[in-house]
Amino acid sequence: MQVTSSVREPLITGGKTLKDVTHDISRQVEGKPSIGWLLGLLVSVGALVLGGIALGATLWEGIGMWGLNKTIGWAWDITNFVWWVGIGHAGTLISAVLLLFRQKWRMAINRAAEAMTIFAVICAAMFPIIHMGRPWLGAYWALPLPNTFGSLWVNFNSPLLWDVFAISTYFSVSLVFWYIGLIPDFATIRDRATGIRKSIYGALAFGWDGAAKTWSRYESVALILAGLATPLVLSVHTIVSFDFATSVIPGWHTTIFPPYFVAGAIFSGFAMVLTLMIITRKVFKLEDYITIGHIELMNIVIIITGSIVGIAYITEFFMAWYSGVEAEQYAFINRAFGPYWWAYWAMMTCNVISPQLFWFKRIRTSVALTFLLSLVVNIGMWFERFVIIVTSLHRDFLPSSWAMFYPTWADIGVYLFTFGLFFTLFLLFAKFFPVINMAEVKSIVKSSSEKVNK
Amino acid sequence: MKENKKTYWKGLEELTNEESFVKNADREFPEGPSNLDGSSRRDFLKLMGFSLAAASLAACEAPVRKAIPYVNKPVDINPSIPNYYASTFASGGDYASIVVKTREGRPIKIDGNDLSPISQGGVSAIVEASVLSLYDKQRLSDPMMNGEKVEWAALDAEIKSKLMAAGNVKIVTNTILSPSTEKALDAFAAAFGDAEVITYDAVSSYGITKGAETSYGEAILPTYHFDKASVIVSFGADFLGTWISPIEFAKQYSKGRKISKDKPYMSRHFQFESNLSLTGANADYRTPIRASQSGLAVLALYNAIAKKAGASTVTGAAVEIDYLDKAANELWANRGKSLVVSGSNDPNVQIVINAINDLLGNNGSTVDFSTPSYFRKGDDSKMNQFTADLKAGRVGGVIFYNCNPVYDYVKGADIAEGVSKAKVSLATNATLDETASLCQYVAPDHHFLESWNDFNPRKGHYSLSQPTISPLFNTRQAQESFLIWAGNDTNYYDFLQDNWRTTLFESQLEISGFQEFWDRSLFNGVYAMPSEPTALSGAADVSAAASAIARVYKAENSSDELVVYTKVGIGNGTFANNPWLQEMSDPISKATWDNYLTVSQSWAADNGVKMFEGATRKARITVGEKSVLVPVLVQPGQAKGTFGLALGYGRTKAGRVANGVGVNAYELLNNANGFTAFELTEGVSIQLTDDTYKIAQTQTHQTYMGRDFVIQEATLGEYKENPSAGRDFPKVYKDGEFVKPSKISLWKGHKYSQHHWGLAIDMNSCIGCGACTIACQVENNVSVVGKQEVLNRREMAWIRIDRYYSSPEGASSNKELEQAADNPEVIFQPMMCQHCNNAPCETVCPVAATTHSSEGLNQMTYNRCIGTRYCANNCPYKVRRFNWFKYHDNKEFAAVNVAQNDDLGKMVLNPDVTVRARGVIEKCSMCVQRIQAGKLTAKKEGRKVEDGDINTACATACPTDAIVFGDMNNPESKITKLLQIEDQGDAASKEVNEERAYHVLEYLNVNPNVWYFTKIRNKDKSEA
Repeated sequence: MQVTSSVREPLITGGKTLKDVTHDISRQVEGKPSIGWLLGLLVSVGALVLGGIALGATLWEGIGMWGLNKTIGWAWDITNFVWWVGIGHAGTLISAVLLLFRQKWRMAINRAAEAMTIFAVICAAMFPIIHMGRPWLGAYWALPLPNTFGSLWVNFNSPLLWDVFAISTYFSVSLVFWYIGLIPDFATIRDRATGIRKSIYGALAFGWDGAAKTWSRYESVALILAGLATPLVLSVHTIVSFDFATSVIPGWHTTIFPPYFVAGAIFSGFAMVLTLMIITRKVFKLEDYITIGHIELMNIVIIITGSIVGIAYITEFFMAWYSGVEAEQYAFINRAFGPYWWAYWAMMTCNVISPQLFWFKRIRTSVALTFLLSLVVNIGMWFERFVIIVTSLHRDFLPSSWAMFYPTWADIGVYLFTFGLFFTLFLLFAKFFPVINMAEVKSIVKSSSEKVNK
Repeated sequence: MKENKKTYWKGLEELTNEESFVKNADREFPEGPSNLDGSSRRDFLKLMGFSLAAASLAACEAPVRKAIPYVNKPVDINPSIPNYYASTFASGGDYASIVVKTREGRPIKIDGNDLSPISQGGVSAIVEASVLSLYDKQRLSDPMMNGEKVEWAALDAEIKSKLMAAGNVKIVTNTILSPSTEKALDAFAAAFGDAEVITYDAVSSYGITKGAETSYGEAILPTYHFDKASVIVSFGADFLGTWISPIEFAKQYSKGRKISKDKPYMSRHFQFESNLSLTGANADYRTPIRASQSGLAVLALYNAIAKKAGASTVTGAAVEIDYLDKAANELWANRGKSLVVSGSNDPNVQIVINAINDLLGNNGSTVDFSTPSYFRKGDDSKMNQFTADLKAGRVGGVIFYNCNPVYDYVKGADIAEGVSKAKVSLATNATLDETASLCQYVAPDHHFLESWNDFNPRKGHYSLSQPTISPLFNTRQAQESFLIWAGNDTNYYDFLQDNWRTTLFESQLEISGFQEFWDRSLFNGVYAMPSEPTALSGAADVSAAASAIARVYKAENSSDELVVYTKVGIGNGTFANNPWLQEMSDPISKATWDNYLTVSQSWAADNGVKMFEGATRKARITVGEKSVLVPVLVQPGQAKGTFGLALGYGRTKAGRVANGVGVNAYELLNNANGFTAFELTEGVSIQLTDDTYKIAQTQTHQTYMGRDFVIQEATLGEYKENPSAGRDFPKVYKDGEFVKPSKISLWKGHKYSQHHWGLAIDMNSCIGCGACTIACQVENNVSVVGKQEVLNRREMAWIRIDRYYSSPEGASSNKELEQAADNPEVIFQPMMCQHCNNAPCETVCPVAATTHSSEGLNQMTYNRCIGTRYCANNCPYKVRRFNWFKYHDNKEFAAVNVAQNDDLGKMVLNPDVTVRARGVIEKCSMCVQRIQAGKLTAKKEGRKVEDGDINTACATACPTDAIVFGDMNNPESKITKLLQIEDQGDAASKEVNEERAYHVLEYLNVNPNVWYFTKIRNKDKSEA
């Protein structure tokens, strides 16, 4: 039996019993959808449909619907891609890395964080496909498939190909990890349900029988998958950063990118988890499971990663100066003082300055301020990618080709589409899937519930 | 719990400690997962389902596209083998001897004819593009009578009878270079009571011919020899871009500008002008002057020269003009090998110019009046009289022979008004343009690629044009029409041959049979009887001209001045309906699809106009009672107080492409002084309005930011001291020393055992004319995307000419470097795919759609491309172009991209080059189709490819030979010699010994196969 340390804060508050846990979480799945949820879904599906028009126009007419040009070949598309992938990282970090490090506080949030990962990766993965001139071919030509085109193979030198492997691996591992974790909870819901619901959740539960042997296998698989997913936290964004780091463009050609991108990804991912969890705990009344303690811990992660990112920004400037390379120096001066100065300073303010506010305990334990700052961080991280991609491209080597990028309605629409997709999926998940891992949480009820302690 | 010594076994296995038990003893669940062996029922179903689906997919049929072979193959036409015909381009007096490439009976490309002593193998953008106007759907398909289509016979009968009754008949035409046409017109004129032929030129050079008449007694243009001039002084004559015979002048000029260690000297060029012209951009010393000063500047030069020559000076207000004294000194030092020209249409100015050249002894050497050129025969005063007559209803019958005065004559409105007063009005124009649409009858002429004709552009120089395709429409050669109306039933071909037999053939002794003489002339395209230049003695009274100048021109003028000019691409507007020309980036302003008011930087600063990405404001130009609203373009180098506006725009009936593009500047001109004045120095007012506008420019950043890894240049003085002057030698640290970037590479490097193609581009020869850009567009089926897409910065050009202005002297901060100097030095840098040996694009393509060839080419495989654009992003030269939309067969682009949309336009496509699909990247291929064709020819003939067998479209078109293509593995090739490459076997990274040759962005070590030669300015010292 575990002994609860008296100084350690309980992970679950409100004196929950095992039954309470089952009830509190299954309640959302079993009850009627709330008005708030319905409204949320309406907005999300609305965004999905509106954005779908932009996406449809892009696929039908061509990439010319976007604001790209001869100089700037990527802008919102890859900005959005990197942004969404980055967001995904928090889920994996929470569920895999924290699992390996035996951080039990993760148990209340890992399910939702993983779901966020999967939906974010879906949104992200959309961009590499739709940004292609010919997605109907590129979607499978980018894979190393045997073919009858002669000995025509993919180019293993290309970072974009590495992306294909990185993203697809990441998506499949995350999906499997998430789903395996859901199985016992599906079984719980199945056992409480009747009628058609019983059949559906029964199917989803893959015939979970709760036997000791089943649990044993479940745990081994979880551990194996956590082991697999952990390197992915580092590798995926490292590889994404290679898209830029291996190029020759000033502002892209930077060896600092891999760690800087990983830190940025975790930074933005935690901000997104906070954004989502603060709403979820409020709407679903899960304050006892997702406590201020969780929020504070996540805010601390944000301070750390935000500071790493800030140091990375400064290092880039130092290196540009130290390198003595004229085009490189210009690229960085242009970031800060060129036509896109506002994007650069938006990034600096949101990513470097605002997270430092979390040094104040008052702020990092305030739900409202945390929510606000989590939005600010996500805006800042979007600008970071925009700054890296667009301001580096728009003025590179030959001044004759310097140009500006202006987004079109289709750029905005496609971004909106991913928001619609993300929130629709997340709302459906929140309603029909248990948002907290009941099975795992039950394992910490005893060690942390007040009622049990007393 | 009580201690218990008993042992309980779980079973007999534990007791006996069997091996199988011990193995699994510590496992909670000993048995492993069950295995499914063999195939199940479901596997069978899956397999069956897949097979069914695959079989049904395979059964889907692709549409059958038929290629129908000839039933009776025409002689000399072999599918996929091009034929070449020598011919002649002439539009009014604009002339070029050409070679037309045809494929399966379709003319698809025009190159220069090397045999021509005039155009010497050069072409211009307009000449290159003219092949598309053959396939213009705006052309009339049938003769027209009062707006209805009719048969030729009916039209002929009607015209014959009506013209006879019309009274006096006038034929209006642009300059006619063709002696046989003149003869046919004579026959026609004779049949209709001495019908008068009135010649005018849209862009008149009447001042020169009138001046020559005064000076030498003959109204002619001289023949200029820019190649023989060591010092060239031009007052507003854009002789490299648009003035009279720019192809010829560019060829000549470039000969004097080629420089090497063996020949470390070049001509020095002074330019005094108001607008920044292409010629001014190439000048060593350029001084912006007000148009109102230009006459006085010429007088001042005359006086300076006269003083040295001991001749009498004339009176004229003193003007302060930089470099004018310097020019005078150098002209005097180079007597007999200098040249002074002026673009002014004022005969008095030209008389003084003649006098200057006389004093300098240039008459008979660099200016040859004894060999007259016939490029401009227009007579402004006769045309003015005709206009008055027509307007007053004194003209019975008027015939417009392939000219459009309603649009392009200064009093076009009067002509439009007068046409209806004539009893008979007839046009032979090929389209229903501004003039033809007002005429009762239209007898459309053939396109020049469908016609027989001859030309006599200069005394002793003849050329022929021959049909390269059967007439596409029910049109008839205008000369034939004239003959028919005159009652002469000879067809024009016979008429032409007869004329040659009786004139040229008779006057030569070399060839005895006419057929042989004809065949040879036709094969060569040209026939020349050169004559030795002699100096004509002048008898003009300079002081009369000088006092006339002194009256008209002013040393100080405070009012706004409008200087109307022509653009290299659009010219006088005849070819405005050609989308290739509309989308051609103007060499100076880099603008497309518009004309605009060029304003000086100081005016822009005073009025708060700041252009950003083409966004600007409109200004209202008021000239007398006329007023137009035009966008403003801030033009460094524009003389303060002057404004420029291009002719050739504002067409209303040119066709779908040109209608409504820009404003018509012809309407603003006047001919009050007896000649068409292109410089309006009085009564002009310019008012900036609040209307905003966007000018579609292909380049919006004007300076090269002092980046010597892009532009490397020096002055002649520096070059003489050190052939490497101006060069930038980047160094990279490696193992304790600094080495060239090419010494460090992650790459093993390619090996080129056969050929190693490359380009050498001499920035000293490149004048920026843009002929290469159009040649490339024609050769490689490059799409036209239209103004909006150019605004979106998506033009598709495979080769572009980067034009950079110098920053103000002493500029160091980025902000200062971004500004162009008020009177900048200009540099042109042709930029295309650099075919890097360490290509950044090749490594990043996920599907290997862009790869390196075994001959050094960076190849693009369109049908493998999935369009990630990563290659374009990673291209440091930004030369890759993406097909943002489907540009072919798309009604959105049908109006502009005619060569890829309508059936007729598509006939111009080069069948050897794929029309690119939506969503793929494209770029310069170094004309790989030409390389392949050249290799095949050599293979068929069982020999090696020789230098000169293959040439790229850009290098072929270049009128200044600035681009040299060749095999760097061939020790005999021109490029090897130019770059001074010693034999380095199959190495991809070649060391060159030519000091001027450099790679753009050398420090990146992408190791291009395109080399640039430093720009050398003929200046005394480094001065901006």
